[in-house]
Amino acid sequence: MRIPCPCCGWRDRREFTYYGHETFLHRPAPDAGAEAWDDYLHNRENPAGPTRDLWYHDPCGSWVVVARDTVTHAVAGGEGLA
Amino acid sequence: MSGGWRIPGRGAEIDRARPLRFRFDGRDMEGFAGDTLASALMAAGVRVVGRSFKYHRPRGVMTAGAEEPNALVEVIEGPQQTPNVRATVQELYGGLQARSQNRWPGLSFDALAVNDFLHPFLGAGFYYKTFMWPRQFWERVYEPLIRRAAGLGSLSGRADEGEYEKAYAFCDLLVIGAGPAGLMAALRAGRAGADVILAEADTQLGGRLLADLPEIGGQGARDWLAGVRAELAALPNVRVMTRTTVTGAHDGGTYGALERVGLHLADPGDLPRECFWRIVAKRAVMATGALERPIAHPGNDRPGVMLAGAIPAYVNRWGVAPGRRVVIFGNNDSALSAARALTAAGIEVAACVDPRPEAAVLEEFPVYRAAQVVGTRGRMGLHTVQVRHAGGLSEVQADVLGLSGGWNPTLHLACHMNGRPQWDDRIAGFVPREGMVRGLTAAGAAAGRFSTSQCLDDGARAAGEALAAMDMAAPEVTPPAAEDAPYGIAPFWAVDARGRAWLDFANDVTTKDVAQAALEGFASVEHMKRYTTQGMAPDQGKNSNTAALAVLADATGQSIPETGTTTFRPPFVPVSIAALGAGARGKGFAPERRLTSDAQTRAMGAPMIEAGLWYRPSYFPRAGETTWRESCDREVTMVRGAVGVCDVSTLGKIDVQGPDAGRYLDFLYTGRMSSLKPGRIRYGLMLREDGHVMDDGTCARLGEGHFLVTTTTAAAGQVMRHMDFVQQGFCADWALRFASVTEHWAQFALAGPKARDLLNTLLDQPVSAESLPFMACQPVSMAGVRGRLFRISFSGALGYEVAVPARYGAALFARLVEGAEALGGGAYGMEALNVMRIEKGFITHAEIDGRVTAFDLGMQRMVSAAKDCIGKPASERPGLMEDGRGQLVGLRPVDPSDAIDAGAPLYTAEAPARAASWQGHVTSAGYSPTLQGWLALGFLAGGRARHGEVVRIHDALRGRKLMARVCDPVFLDPEGRAMRG
Ligand SMILES: [Zn+2]
Repeated sequence: MRIPCPCCGWRDRREFTYYGHETFLHRPAPDAGAEAWDDYLHNRENPAGPTRDLWYHDPCGSWVVVARDTVTHAVAGGEGLA
Repeated sequence: MSGGWRIPGRGAEIDRARPLRFRFDGRDMEGFAGDTLASALMAAGVRVVGRSFKYHRPRGVMTAGAEEPNALVEVIEGPQQTPNVRATVQELYGGLQARSQNRWPGLSFDALAVNDFLHPFLGAGFYYKTFMWPRQFWERVYEPLIRRAAGLGSLSGRADEGEYEKAYAFCDLLVIGAGPAGLMAALRAGRAGADVILAEADTQLGGRLLADLPEIGGQGARDWLAGVRAELAALPNVRVMTRTTVTGAHDGGTYGALERVGLHLADPGDLPRECFWRIVAKRAVMATGALERPIAHPGNDRPGVMLAGAIPAYVNRWGVAPGRRVVIFGNNDSALSAARALTAAGIEVAACVDPRPEAAVLEEFPVYRAAQVVGTRGRMGLHTVQVRHAGGLSEVQADVLGLSGGWNPTLHLACHMNGRPQWDDRIAGFVPREGMVRGLTAAGAAAGRFSTSQCLDDGARAAGEALAAMDMAAPEVTPPAAEDAPYGIAPFWAVDARGRAWLDFANDVTTKDVAQAALEGFASVEHMKRYTTQGMAPDQGKNSNTAALAVLADATGQSIPETGTTTFRPPFVPVSIAALGAGARGKGFAPERRLTSDAQTRAMGAPMIEAGLWYRPSYFPRAGETTWRESCDREVTMVRGAVGVCDVSTLGKIDVQGPDAGRYLDFLYTGRMSSLKPGRIRYGLMLREDGHVMDDGTCARLGEGHFLVTTTTAAAGQVMRHMDFVQQGFCADWALRFASVTEHWAQFALAGPKARDLLNTLLDQPVSAESLPFMACQPVSMAGVRGRLFRISFSGALGYEVAVPARYGAALFARLVEGAEALGGGAYGMEALNVMRIEKGFITHAEIDGRVTAFDLGMQRMVSAAKDCIGKPASERPGLMEDGRGQLVGLRPVDPSDAIDAGAPLYTAEAPARAASWQGHVTSAGYSPTLQGWLALGFLAGGRARHGEVVRIHDALRGRKLMARVCDPVFLDPEGRAMRG
């Protein structure tokens, strides 16, 4: 699998560390309550198909939101967070 | 031909002027440069090259390619011993040593050939049925017995010392296979200016053209090939990779390929044995050709029975005749072509047997139509073929029987991403569908188009499509004229006659086994495969899977497409693990990170221990010390009484700068860092967003907008990744930047009451207790070298850490050790460091193991109530701050002579050591010479309220039982007088 890094271009997935769904970017307010925090930390869809998740490009330190398909493994693109 | 097996005037690939000596099974033989081991053995008259897997039947060379099921040998090169090498692929070199497999004591007499007479009991599933009872026999008797008897080839039992390489390549178009289709594809794309890689498994370009030698564009095949080769070589945008088998199609246009680099050379010099390539291609043309399949008839495994198409390959490529009288048995027109080619080469074709009633009979050799081969004779080599025909049964004398049950497009790569091929009645075989692997197109025989003309046209078409898909101009090409004979075939898989008919030669699977599997309910193809082991040998059933499927379809009354096909997975050919893992053997797998003090440390005799990839000294033994404990105790005493020096450069160091750096660190740490004054240091905890502790360390403010964060050695990478995530994900518009400077600075701890005295011998401007108080930092210079000085302590003693640019590390360490020794101290290692931090109750990742909260550590007050930080909301969830949770405590043995082990479980004193009375565990333990006894840290349920209580430690793993008293985790100097002094 190859993943586009906004800094380095398309690279082999061995250069990346996986984190999880892009939900991790949507941090609730500190006082959002236990339910919102539980949802944010633990509850995830497990889609067969398109998904967007977070990968870290170890060589350059860029976090990338990768749009890919869990069925075909096709990678549609990637965006930096900044 | 009399007296030898070489054919004069044939064999364009061998160099008769360069004879090569080699050894097979201890016998010296001779072949020519350009031979494969198989062709050389054939020329030497060797007919039996191995014994079969289960029945230990004699076997001969079956094919002329990578799909070979029989001719598997061990190749020995010095200490290297490579099993299951296909003699059909192994190129001959001077001094080659090979050994047949699966026989004892020898090929001509094999003790386990008795299995062949036991075959009624050794059919499919016999392992499962026979070795069931008595139960206790399985491990001690049956399994060792089976392991000795079965298996192909053997290993040397030694580590593989060979050199392997891995490499990456990128291209516009990858053309896989250099037969007529692949060559036309490469030519067209190459002429269009595309960046092309042409990968060919064989030693040279040509594919099937090399064996069949058809006329192309009015030229002989070899002349045409020479022209193409020259043109491709002249195109700078085309890379031709021979001896390179594409082994797998993977995600994102990535292809694995195995190149045989030095395996064909007598003296490979510095060349690796193999190179594993990862080729990334925008598009690919799969021009992998087709593999011929045998026919299952009784006795079809005798040495001398081979694929019909392999015979002209041996004749035309290596000038060797597999025999003197040949019978061809085939259901398709290519078999007839092979017979004609052999006649033209002067080899007698004794008969051509064709099951089709309409087969042509006007040939230069006898043709039996509507006929079948029903048996063979000749145990160590074929001598008679039994033919059943309209007129009855005939016996034909022959030493070679060429089989052709049709051709299977080599479509494995197209199936590697879970695509399923479709059945094509026209060729009675599976063909690839479009789009099975994104960006890959099949061309030529791999797409079921078999004539030379079709292949040439199809290769050009596929390249044109690939170029168009890449928005590149694709100038038209006119493929040369070539034979375009129609391919006629009538499906015919197995002869209906008495006797064992083999499907999978490598694993000894017969038609009966497949029928038996169906009968016992293993009727799905995936079940049949596993029950019979069909297609599970090194050749992966390349010749036999389709026929096995046909036999299964017949047994279950289904059509072949209904029966389906087994899954093709990478790799297409066996790939050595050493090639896949090239560069990662030994230290390549875990490279060493060395401290600047490494050389001196080793010179001082310190045993090194691993800390991640770092190597750190365990202890520094001195004369008279015989155990690590003596050294460790002495080093602790030395620090507590005088001064010790320790390299702490492995700690992660992250330099954070910018106007918003303080604000960012406030968000990252539980505590507030923005209120830190320049020149001051604060201890901090970082949480994961789920509320558990990620890491701890110090944060020094070097200037107004300049901080230096330290991490533990173990978590340096994780913390950096985390900091990047928090910054890029949540505060990308804040004005700050940071970078890891771990390797830029060498940093040494000076600890002990004489630490300042030692320091001041080096500083250009001495410091005093007042000028640099505890938890303060300042720039310093030593002999003009600018460094940084931090007054921090991980030992609880008066302590400093001094940092200099890494290039000065070795020199500074030498001076510090010398100075410390002069003051009655010296260097100390990890053992002493660990004991001293336990004495002080300082935590490491033994304590913060990912399941622990600040509350558990007794550090809840460090989580600032006045601000948000990563992990704070989640850390306040119910359950994470409960009194019953494991809390950090100290433990001391009730009997001072007892020792404690890290990892030992804790139980209530009065209850037995059972799960129900489990109370926690020991995280760290060590002998304290300062306090004259063992100390331990651990987590105990509600432990902070249980100081003074006695708990049971029962370490069943190491057989240690004792009682211990719970206490505060800080054993020594709880007020911190020493380090503040
Ligand atoms: Zn990058």
